[in-house]
Amino acid sequence: MAGLKKKRRIQMLAVGLTLLASSAVVMGVAFKDGIEFFRSPTQIMAEMPAPTERFRVGGLVKEGSWVKGEVHRFIITDTANDIQVVYSGIMPDIFDEGQGAVASGNMINGEFIAVEVLAKHDEEYMPTEVIDALKAQGAYVEPTT
Amino acid sequence: MFVELGQYAVILALIIAVLQSIIPMVGAQKGWNNWMAVAVPAAQIQFILLILSFAALTYAFVVSDFSVRLVAANSNTDKPMIFKITGVWANHEGSILLWNLILAMFGALVATFGNNLPPALKARVLSVQAMIGVAFLGFLLFTSNPFLRLENPPLNGNGLNPLLQDLGLAFHPPFLYFGYVGLSMAFSFAIAALIEGKVDAAWARWVRPWTLAAWVSLTIGISYGSWWAYYELGWGGWWFWDPVENSSFMPWLVATALLHSAIVVEKRDTLKAWTVLLAILAFSFSLIGTFLVRSGVLTSVHAFANDPRRGMFVLGILAVAIGGGLTMYALRANTLKSQSVFSTFSRESGLVLNNLLLTVSAVVVFVGTMWPLVIEFATGETISVGPPFFDMAFTPFMVILIMVLPIGSILPWKRGKLGRTMQPLWGVVALSVVLGALVWSLQTGERMIAPIGLTMAAWIILGALADLGNRCRFRKVPMGEFFRRLRNLPGSDWGRVFSHGGLGLIIFGISAVIAWEVEDIRAVQFGEPYDVAGYTFTLNGVEDVRGPNYTAVVGEVVVQEGDETYLMYPEKRNYTVERTPTTEAAIDMGLTRDVYITLGEPQGESGYAVRTYIKPFVNWIWIGTIFMAIGGSFSLFDRRYRIAAPSRKRAPRGAAPAE
Amino acid sequence: MSEEKKKFNYVLLAPPIIFLGLAAMFFFGLQRDNPNELKSELLGRKVPSVNLTDLRSDPAPTDEDFNAPYPKVVNFWASWCGPCRAEAPILERMAEEMNIPIIGINYKDQPDQALAFLEELGDPFIKIGADFNGRNAIEWGLYGVPETFVVDENGIILLRYPGPITNAVLNKRILPLLGMTPEE
Repeated sequence: MAGLKKKRRIQMLAVGLTLLASSAVVMGVAFKDGIEFFRSPTQIMAEMPAPTERFRVGGLVKEGSWVKGEVHRFIITDTANDIQVVYSGIMPDIFDEGQGAVASGNMINGEFIAVEVLAKHDEEYMPTEVIDALKAQGAYVEPTT
Repeated sequence: MFVELGQYAVILALIIAVLQSIIPMVGAQKGWNNWMAVAVPAAQIQFILLILSFAALTYAFVVSDFSVRLVAANSNTDKPMIFKITGVWANHEGSILLWNLILAMFGALVATFGNNLPPALKARVLSVQAMIGVAFLGFLLFTSNPFLRLENPPLNGNGLNPLLQDLGLAFHPPFLYFGYVGLSMAFSFAIAALIEGKVDAAWARWVRPWTLAAWVSLTIGISYGSWWAYYELGWGGWWFWDPVENSSFMPWLVATALLHSAIVVEKRDTLKAWTVLLAILAFSFSLIGTFLVRSGVLTSVHAFANDPRRGMFVLGILAVAIGGGLTMYALRANTLKSQSVFSTFSRESGLVLNNLLLTVSAVVVFVGTMWPLVIEFATGETISVGPPFFDMAFTPFMVILIMVLPIGSILPWKRGKLGRTMQPLWGVVALSVVLGALVWSLQTGERMIAPIGLTMAAWIILGALADLGNRCRFRKVPMGEFFRRLRNLPGSDWGRVFSHGGLGLIIFGISAVIAWEVEDIRAVQFGEPYDVAGYTFTLNGVEDVRGPNYTAVVGEVVVQEGDETYLMYPEKRNYTVERTPTTEAAIDMGLTRDVYITLGEPQGESGYAVRTYIKPFVNWIWIGTIFMAIGGSFSLFDRRYRIAAPSRKRAPRGAAPAE
Repeated sequence: MSEEKKKFNYVLLAPPIIFLGLAAMFFFGLQRDNPNELKSELLGRKVPSVNLTDLRSDPAPTDEDFNAPYPKVVNFWASWCGPCRAEAPILERMAEEMNIPIIGINYKDQPDQALAFLEELGDPFIKIGADFNGRNAIEWGLYGVPETFVVDENGIILLRYPGPITNAVLNKRILPLLGMTPEE
């Protein structure tokens, strides 16, 4: 009886460890695609990322730089350096010039081709609960998330 | 005046909680009955005091008493009454008070209805529960006091973000809190069991209903939040793997595992140490979730920007509760002896596998959520872990879980035979594969996710039906007998069938919407029709509309779907005072598809950017969660809990002998 | 049944130890600086040149005021901003009790509402100017309101703090830069 119990415990431990190990492997693979680094325009200028690397750029949308259309063009700036961003899609509600924004995409031929643009609500530091609530729903994204 | 009363009530509740955490525990150690008995009135009085204080705060919001700082900061005289009330917990301080209220309610429920618990166990459980209460009441009073007054009250308050003025969102947090806090009960029982060194079937029978109630509530809360995001935010998305979502999803996964392992303890008197560990972990994840969301340790610093002490205080609670719980577990788990053995191929083993898979998936979510912090800690770089990570790392374990689930749920206890068990399932396997193949042959050159997803969904749903048939010996007995058995089936069986079926529906909805969703973004000129996936849309024009506290641009879209024509009105609102623009999607909901339209920016004088989605079967995701919650409720009202537990007096027929 | 007097099982120590590591990381997470505080490109640089409109009866501050030969605090605020309301008492205290010169920049606001705000919550500013269209804010790299800068006697920006000032921020970050001893 005790022997069987021990055997069962070892089996459980073995299955558990196998699952944990495989989860480590799967996560390792998934991290390759699932991680995006966050870079400021100055960092990008200092070291141009490879065109194949998808990452995020964050900063302010330069006043007067937003050209609307089916393809949007605007400049993200950290006041020291500017990055030209190109995005085809619908802008989030709170996207505007002079506001914070984060774009996710690739740097190709000196332009940032965005796959996704997230606006940061900046007019005011919102109360925690609003941010929580919005974040929970993905409507609000911090610049570094 | 009322407000001060509320404040005193909280202080008094804290004092009582301190007494309640010490006296019954000492009594239980020494075997002094009168000391143990203190727990019951203490828990009840604590609950009453917190009701009082919550009522006082609500009163302050209702009468718009702007001399209360919290009211001034979060309310406004112009707000509709219902939002004044929901405003009570739509802020940090109020939500912590609500948290405490729910915590005390659970304690009071055990105190009041736990007459058949062994007195020592009851005293210890209530004592541990009171310790958690001390921690959170302290947190409330010392860092997040909702009753603070302003010296110079403003004439009117700040208002509330318009996005929060939504009933769906207003009732979302209470469900989550109820779930989080409900898991504290399992934690208290686990700690009490470790102290006593005893876990038996009666213990499990007590832990399971609390966990079930918490689980049902968490399920509803998570699903509600996801649905709200879908219909209110105008993004068309329903799950983002955001840290805030993850922090409610992790306790859900562990609570799901706990529900299943508690069955094993109850029925088979084994797997005890593991179950106790899960009970500790489930509440730990609730606490960590709360910490992650509130401390802003991961992303937002504004969460605690106003008072860094809050972050440290919660971290302190975490360290004592989780660290203490786990250390105690390490010291005492050896005393929990399992009484029975089971074969490699048995229901027990199936449930163990379920547990391991759920726990590992929780670990995956956890690592993904924490990774940005780890990387920053290690390299100083800022990263984000996006949905691709979670999709890739989480899915494999769910797939395995789905494959073994129907088999596990009809396996016999103790020892089973593969051939015998699979007998009622071969048909299900065949049918699911045929369905998948059919889907595969109907679609051309598209991704494999649809056929695979549908096969899995069918496997789960049909498997649940087969489980039902098997349980009532469908076609093995005459139909009349079958129906009689069906009628007499215990709640827990219905619960299993419904929640597993619900999971199948969710998988169906998710696979269908991922595989077949059509998204179309384009600049549309007024009056010019465009086609998306066989539908014809025409944006007739837009109109400026004034709402009570916003201005809006409302578009009129004619949709032609086959022979049917209807109008849809997507909106862009701008809340004037708060300067918050929002998108109100126009959604035509249906069981087979949603048509989802949002307006973008104007394109010249006579056009707009329009985003159109056709989302096949998307609503089945939430219908599935409803099934899950219904299943959980069936189990919760299973008669064996009525016999063992609370309402013996109220349900006399519960006195019938157990099966 | 209990034939074996079990030895202590060291595997069981794993969960508390893992948690300890986690708690340490959380602790680190709480200690680090605001991760969203953009490292302002302006830090260590001269204040940008400004062009502000009068709000009160006295004239709006000019470049001269920002470069005045004493350390000062610059605060961007707006009447529509809730957190500005929250930090108002602290600014008031800085001005009244500590005699810290604070220059206020009213951001994208209505003049009458801005004045009503000061009327209601007190006016801590030695000079105040309005940035109605937010042009100046762009120069300052403003991320939102409230936002507070510490500028030294040479017009160099020493600190940029986004979000409402709290007592902790005042004591730990602002007062030391002004060469004042923190309270307590």
